[in-house]
Amino acid sequence: MATEDDIVIRARDVHVTLNERPILKGLSLDVRRGEVLGFVGGSGQGKTVLMRTIIGLLPKVSGTIEVFGIDLDKAGESGRHEIERRWGVLFQQGALFSSLTCIQNVQFPMREYLRLSNRLMDEIAITKLEMVGLKPDVRDKYPAELSGGMIKRVALARALALDPEIVFLDEPTSGLDPIGAGDFDELIRTLQHTLGLTVYMVTHDLDSLHAICDRIAVLSDGKVIIEGPMEAMLACDHPWVKEYFRGKRSRAAGMAATHVLIDERVE
Amino acid sequence: MIRGDRLELAAAGSWTVDSAADLEQLVDAAVAQAGRARAAAIDMARIERLDTFGAWLLERLIRDVETAGRDIDLVGLPERYNDLIQETSQANLKQPEEPPVDLVDNAAKVLRKALVMMVRDIILTVQMFGHLTVAMLRVIRKPRTFRLTSMVHHLDRVGWKAVPIILLITFLIGAIIAQQGLFHFRKFGADVYVVDMVGILVLREIGVLIVAIMIAGRSGSAYTAELGSMKMREEIDALQTMGLDPVEVLILPRILALVIALPALAFLGSMAALYGGGLVCWLYGGMSPEVFLGRLREAISLDHFEVGISKAPFMALVIGIIASIEGLSVKGSAESLGVQTTASVVKSIFLVIVLDGIFAMFFASIGK
Repeated sequence: MATEDDIVIRARDVHVTLNERPILKGLSLDVRRGEVLGFVGGSGQGKTVLMRTIIGLLPKVSGTIEVFGIDLDKAGESGRHEIERRWGVLFQQGALFSSLTCIQNVQFPMREYLRLSNRLMDEIAITKLEMVGLKPDVRDKYPAELSGGMIKRVALARALALDPEIVFLDEPTSGLDPIGAGDFDELIRTLQHTLGLTVYMVTHDLDSLHAICDRIAVLSDGKVIIEGPMEAMLACDHPWVKEYFRGKRSRAAGMAATHVLIDERVE
Repeated sequence: MIRGDRLELAAAGSWTVDSAADLEQLVDAAVAQAGRARAAAIDMARIERLDTFGAWLLERLIRDVETAGRDIDLVGLPERYNDLIQETSQANLKQPEEPPVDLVDNAAKVLRKALVMMVRDIILTVQMFGHLTVAMLRVIRKPRTFRLTSMVHHLDRVGWKAVPIILLITFLIGAIIAQQGLFHFRKFGADVYVVDMVGILVLREIGVLIVAIMIAGRSGSAYTAELGSMKMREEIDALQTMGLDPVEVLILPRILALVIALPALAFLGSMAALYGGGLVCWLYGGMSPEVFLGRLREAISLDHFEVGISKAPFMALVIGIIASIEGLSVKGSAESLGVQTTASVVKSIFLVIVLDGIFAMFFASIGK
């Protein structure tokens, strides 16, 4: 059992309603420090809704959400800003500012929150871009000139701009080809190791779940029905979970992951 | 601390984003000191936290000291940060070269760009006009392909829904012209000629011009923004791949709606302006409605009305074509949508006024 300090996000009995339709019905979830949590669920079940509720983009009807042990409702404006500085968000479509270049996008949070020399900001932004696997010559390109995969990488660099403790990733590998998706998974894993990040990842990608998630939480009917490592998912009897993790597509992904494990052992 | 000719630095505390600004100064100072020593060493054993900002500043310290030709040793770095240091040591290896700034050259470039843009605009306008004509001919040959529903929808938007604001604005303009006329003409007892002025000015020029400018701002900008966001979301490309001509599907119904709506609005606007003028003549100038109407009947002929209203469809065409060109020139960013919408309104208002001038010369030369 994780100790109190280790829980960075604690959601308790969260109810969220969208257009008078209840989406989350008493959801509770813990995210522990330094883990990669994969959050899965069918389309329209409210995976993104929970993420947007945690980061404060959607209002909740009732329940509490604590981040770093601070209740977001009671934090007040300055308290919220303090916390917002400590997380980074990667949106599904990247959400890069289309009128800023890549390097300006990455520097944007730094300019807002820090007082750094231009030289240092340039260097740090380039470092971040290189860390997410981009060449420094993308710096002066606009988002419209980039491919989908590059947009996600720049958006990740921006999410990491202030060295956050938590990153929220909304379907980071959607829209990427399998090789690109694999690279992105690996990148997230590497960054998580080097920077000691906590990663909250909404995903549909079984490969990502196998490859990088320490724990998985399954959302169904407005609640987390099961959370735990991959083995727990495979042992679960819930029909949707069974279908999801033991269906045709998942077997292929599972096999690939097992191969990786074997390869690693051989090395 | 300097020991012999060796500079020994010790780092402590948290080397993180919050202290990055102070750290940068410390690092720069350390580099300057290291320049005076033969060699340097930095002890990282007592740091509490390190993130990318701290790691990069450490890397920069090491690099700057080494470029100055001194040796530097890094000791005591906690093992958990090895990966991070490894990562930052690979970063920023290639310095971007700044292109030299040449003012004369820049000015020449700006000028050339403006010229190219102007030529491009002319070519695009002619192209769009041709494209529109071809689409129109195609539709005439196969009337079933014409998007009547779409046109009626746009007619509702740019015509019917614009009526209240057009009536209000032209009513006010007519009233203001009459008031000014009365005020100044009264000085030499020419009150009654105010009716001539209001009648001719409104029917020939102001009615149609004000309405065209209003429509350029109201509907031209809407067309540009719509087409632009369709372009951004690749909807126009999707149409093309389905074998449909975007000009025929999207632009023709819009422009036709505008060409029908603008003369109608210009007519309504002229009437509202005359009404406004008449009302002011009655209430402010003490001229009874009968006198006003009688004088108006003498002062104006159908010619004036024809001259005014015949300009309206051409102005509509210009507004529609400019709005469509600008809409289709939108690129990926939100900013470009704004730029093109502004350009659409500015250019179409400018061209509407130029066109009005050309028509004035034309009608003068044929003696109407």
